[in-house]
Amino acid sequence: MLRLENITKRFGPVVANRGITLEVGRGEVLALLGENGAGKTTLVSILYGLYAPDEGRILLEGKEVRIPSPKAAQRLGIALVPQHPELIDAHTVAENLALGLDLPPVFARRALLARLGALLQDHPLGVDLEAKVERLSAGEKQRVELLRALLNRPRVLILDEPTSVLTPKEAEGLFQEIARLKREGLAVIFISHKLEEVLALADRIAVLRAGEKVGELSRAEADKERLVRLMVGRSPSPPPKAPPPREEVVLEVENLLVPRHGFPVQGVSFCLRAGEVLGVAGVAGSGQKELLEALAGLRPYRGKVRFLGQTLPKEPARVFSLGVAHIPEERSMGVVGGMSVAENLALRTYPAYARLGLLDYRAMEKEAEALMAAYAVKAPSPRTPVRFLSGGNVQKVILARELKGGPRLILAMHPTYGVDVGAAEEVHGRLLDLARQGAAILLVSEDLDEILALSHQVAALYHGRLVGPIPREVADRERLGRMMAEGRA
Amino acid sequence: MRLELDPAPSPTKVALSYGAFLLLALFLLGFLFLAYGVSPLRAYGLLLSPLLDPLGLAEVARRAIPLLLIGAGLSLAFRVGFFNIGAEGQLLMGAVGAAYVALFLPPGPYTLLLMFLLGGALGALWAGFAAWLRVRFGASEILTTLMQNYLAYYLVVYLVAGPWKGQFVFGFLYTDRFPEVARLPRLGDTLVHWPTLLLGVGAALLLHLLLFRTPWGFSLRVLGENPQAARYLGLKEGRLTLLVALASGFLAGFAGVGEVAGIHGRLLEPAQISLGYGFTAILVAWLARGRPGLTLLTAPLLGLILAGGDALKLAFSMPFRVVDVVAGLLLLALIGAEAASRHRLIWRR
Repeated sequence: MLRLENITKRFGPVVANRGITLEVGRGEVLALLGENGAGKTTLVSILYGLYAPDEGRILLEGKEVRIPSPKAAQRLGIALVPQHPELIDAHTVAENLALGLDLPPVFARRALLARLGALLQDHPLGVDLEAKVERLSAGEKQRVELLRALLNRPRVLILDEPTSVLTPKEAEGLFQEIARLKREGLAVIFISHKLEEVLALADRIAVLRAGEKVGELSRAEADKERLVRLMVGRSPSPPPKAPPPREEVVLEVENLLVPRHGFPVQGVSFCLRAGEVLGVAGVAGSGQKELLEALAGLRPYRGKVRFLGQTLPKEPARVFSLGVAHIPEERSMGVVGGMSVAENLALRTYPAYARLGLLDYRAMEKEAEALMAAYAVKAPSPRTPVRFLSGGNVQKVILARELKGGPRLILAMHPTYGVDVGAAEEVHGRLLDLARQGAAILLVSEDLDEILALSHQVAALYHGRLVGPIPREVADRERLGRMMAEGRA
Repeated sequence: MRLELDPAPSPTKVALSYGAFLLLALFLLGFLFLAYGVSPLRAYGLLLSPLLDPLGLAEVARRAIPLLLIGAGLSLAFRVGFFNIGAEGQLLMGAVGAAYVALFLPPGPYTLLLMFLLGGALGALWAGFAAWLRVRFGASEILTTLMQNYLAYYLVVYLVAGPWKGQFVFGFLYTDRFPEVARLPRLGDTLVHWPTLLLGVGAALLLHLLLFRTPWGFSLRVLGENPQAARYLGLKEGRLTLLVALASGFLAGFAGVGEVAGIHGRLLEPAQISLGYGFTAILVAWLARGRPGLTLLTAPLLGLILAGGDALKLAFSMPFRVVDVVAGLLLLALIGAEAASRHRLIWRR
């Protein structure tokens, strides 16, 4: 059906894809597995006409094709469901779907609805065509994306990390849909870095590492350990063991309420002791970000929050200076791209570098060099703008800055999101080191394995309410999944 | 053939694309001159002629003075996302402040100092009001500062036609002459009021130092480039915005003081006080890419265009506003060059 031969793509000195050959047949699901930065997204972008390959060719049903643009990809019957839904929030589902159709410049709404109704008849994906997209859940939005991709009856469907925004139950529904499409003869390329999904869904699995295909296995040959070995190039280390917590109470939260649109954080209470890690799971948008930002002083809230026995101020700079580190949800919030690595490492403490009113850049850069070495930040120099660093290195910059002062409380959201396995291990090691030294950690993550590996207590946010916490010993993936999806412990 | 993003272009490539686009702008400009029946080469020569003799240079300098003062302040304001396009009005308010001190306060050794202080303060008030509206109510400063230009404009018209109209000016719309103590010294026979020039150079250097070497400037850069990070750090966005707006309004007010005290010696009709310096300075600041120090180069460049436009007007009786076309093409070329240097062209399909 679709065959890639010897695809190579370079970005300056960086080789994103090197000599990759892949094939996917009718009615087959091919999984592309690899860590972040392995070259999956580049490969998909080439297939979807966003980049031109430097070398190699693409064959569709035996004929060589060129794909200069996404439009061309669609005409050839290649459809993509992007990782994050790219819909227009203020418009209705029908209007968003209309973008996937070749419509005349002026068209009647009723005609559109009729045509969509006819097209969607054989797709058992109930979505209200008249609903505004902004009212939809992440899972529904993705269904709309999928529908849009299917409208033009593609031959090849590409799904880019489709489950990253879904609850386990929604993911289940998606898998069933993919199985159905497969039976209809569609060729599916499924991109993921989650092993379970890949094993559940794929007929064949191609593993990418550092831009190269390092292996291709049939489902029968594949197992978790083998795949991980291929992905990281070595055996996975056992999950780090968390140290037992001490008695001293670091953080007490009582009846925390965060007002905002949708679900506020409602009446959250918990207690964190020194050396303790509380892992909080939850479907994206259940109040995780609001909870953490409130504690960090970024949002107004009601309720009692005591840190080492004192009421916590509601001002980010003062909260930090008391010893509360904050690893924000989005890396882009934690750094300033156009400023240098040294400046970003000093983002919390720059006033301290003032000598006679002027910043002492030499001291700042010297300190930055030491931190860069300690945290293995890969950058040409402390003066390099952070914008030029990879995601993992940006995360290391944030960690280095937030953790260097030996914080007593660490508010961490997705600390390893988009970081490769090696770097993630390092991040976990650092967090646990600090816990061993007596820091309390509030860890919010979408990665249940991460939560289970690090935490002493686990909890889930469900529509702004905290479910739990329960001790780690009595928790497992299934129970945590239920807490997230149904709000019961 | 297609375009791809080039996030880190080499300096050579940047220089080449700027050069190429400037040549393109000059080429397009040639058609304008041809349409006037003027040889483009002669016109280019004339446009650059102020560089060749001392008097021409003085003309460039005189126009660079307000551009420098305003441009330095605007480059700071633009850097933090305060889009002050009301510098023209702030300049006029500065002129009003200066005229008040010169005409109605008893002259003395501190007259000039007071003129600068009151002029600057009125300019700052004009900009500060818009900043306050934005911080307090979220009103777009682009609209408010623009509208305040008209308020200032007609305030000046009212003053010179009404209460401040001079006793000995017959039908003309301007005030009496300022007393000698309210006049700025000039360089020789030129119109270069050097104290204001020094102020401008000082302001550009000082703001540059402030922005890139002080903790306060550090926080401004954080706020300007990533408001999310500013929130994360707990920076006081409203207060920083207000202070920057006040600074840029203050400097625009200085420019107004310089024009009336250095050149005209009286308050007159707004269009005669300023040749749209407040708007041209937006280009000065934009070209300086948020670096106040670079306005030391870009202000004279735009000053040269204004002076060259004068020469074109005299030599070919072209309308003076031809300088707008020149400045516009220049701006387009520079925007184009910026975009071009950030992309690379792939010739293969």
